[in-house]
Amino acid sequence: MNAIHSCFKAQIGEVVLPGDVFQFDVSSVEEDSNIKSEKIVCGPGLRRNGDEILVYKSGILRHKQPSMYWIDSQQKRYVPVKGESVIGIVTAKSGDIFKVDVGGSEQASLSYLAFEGATKRNRPNVQVGDLVYAQFIIANKDMEPELVCIDSCGRANGMGVFGAGGFLFKVSLGLVRRLLAPQSEMVKDLEKIFPFEMVVGLNGRVWVKAKSVQQTLIIANLLESCENMTAQQRRALFKRVAEGAL
Amino acid sequence: MPNDGSTKLSKNLLRMKFMQRGLDAEVKKQLEEEEKRIINDDHWYLDLPELKAKESFIIEERSYVPCEDLVYGRMSFKGFNPEVEKLMVLMNAPKEEEDEEVEENDMTRMDTDITDEEMAMRYGSLVESMKRKFAKKRERSSQKNEEEDVNHNTGETQPKKVFLKPQD
Repeated sequence: MNAIHSCFKAQIGEVVLPGDVFQFDVSSVEEDSNIKSEKIVCGPGLRRNGDEILVYKSGILRHKQPSMYWIDSQQKRYVPVKGESVIGIVTAKSGDIFKVDVGGSEQASLSYLAFEGATKRNRPNVQVGDLVYAQFIIANKDMEPELVCIDSCGRANGMGVFGAGGFLFKVSLGLVRRLLAPQSEMVKDLEKIFPFEMVVGLNGRVWVKAKSVQQTLIIANLLESCENMTAQQRRALFKRVAEGAL
Repeated sequence: MPNDGSTKLSKNLLRMKFMQRGLDAEVKKQLEEEEKRIINDDHWYLDLPELKAKESFIIEERSYVPCEDLVYGRMSFKGFNPEVEKLMVLMNAPKEEEDEEVEENDMTRMDTDITDEEMAMRYGSLVESMKRKFAKKRERSSQKNEEEDVNHNTGETQPKKVFLKPQD
């Protein structure tokens, strides 16, 4: 295992480009793995190709203990991944499935039975144009992605139709990840301003709602402007807003 | 037709059930052996080189969620949507070891929720009602009287109802 770790080690925190290769001595790894069954996890941006690991996204190589490596990249196009929670827009109702736009290359399908408490008799009330917070149960490059609004226990846990009277906008996938990071400073600064509600989908869609339309728009504009700001700039701006400059 | 060997019946015909009666032991044996060979023949064998069972030590993960420990996507602040705030606590609860601590805390909190006294009272009444359920109809009225005796010892047992002859 050390052979793999050492081949990554020099590049952690550095910029890597698509086509970069991480090579290691397979035989030594095999000997190692007989002793301790430790596994390397290749996150997004890294792909295994036989006995080497290829980079397929440009960005910064990140590492998390004990053995997780991934590329922290900036992108705007969403590629569905199984298990991720996204915000979708219902675009069509056809028979027993809804078609949902999630911002991927293809529309996802959402069964009417995949809602909490839904049965064949008791259909969920979903209209074309509604927003749904759902997670992917099938996301495969060769197949149509499929969404569900329940977890494995059949509970909604906040998924399903939402979004009366809020505002939906798109940001980059990198900003979404910064918003969802645990103990995110951006969110901590935002919540000091005024009470509001936010839904963040990993597909880059963000929905916000505050007490008035004006406040909703302020939050939305602040979030959008966070994209290209340093922490100091952000704090200064948020301070001005909190004081009532806007 | 004389069965002298000059004319031979086909094997498939000999294998049929109604033909078996007339067959002699030798021919029977021969047929059986042949059948065995057909079954034993490993004609299902695939002519492929043996696969080297090599366990992969690399797992691919397509999602950022486990890498960056991303939190639950619905948020509410300063009590704007209490339902979502409850969900946030639930979904962003620390995992594994810390979970146990939380559970322990919950247990102690639960203890304070219902005192031992309350529980005893509750179970006490439960026992009574179950007892009543299994009692016969006649026993029920007597039980009722007993209960009252136990609960308030002030006496005051109800006098047995008797028919009072009206005075006139």
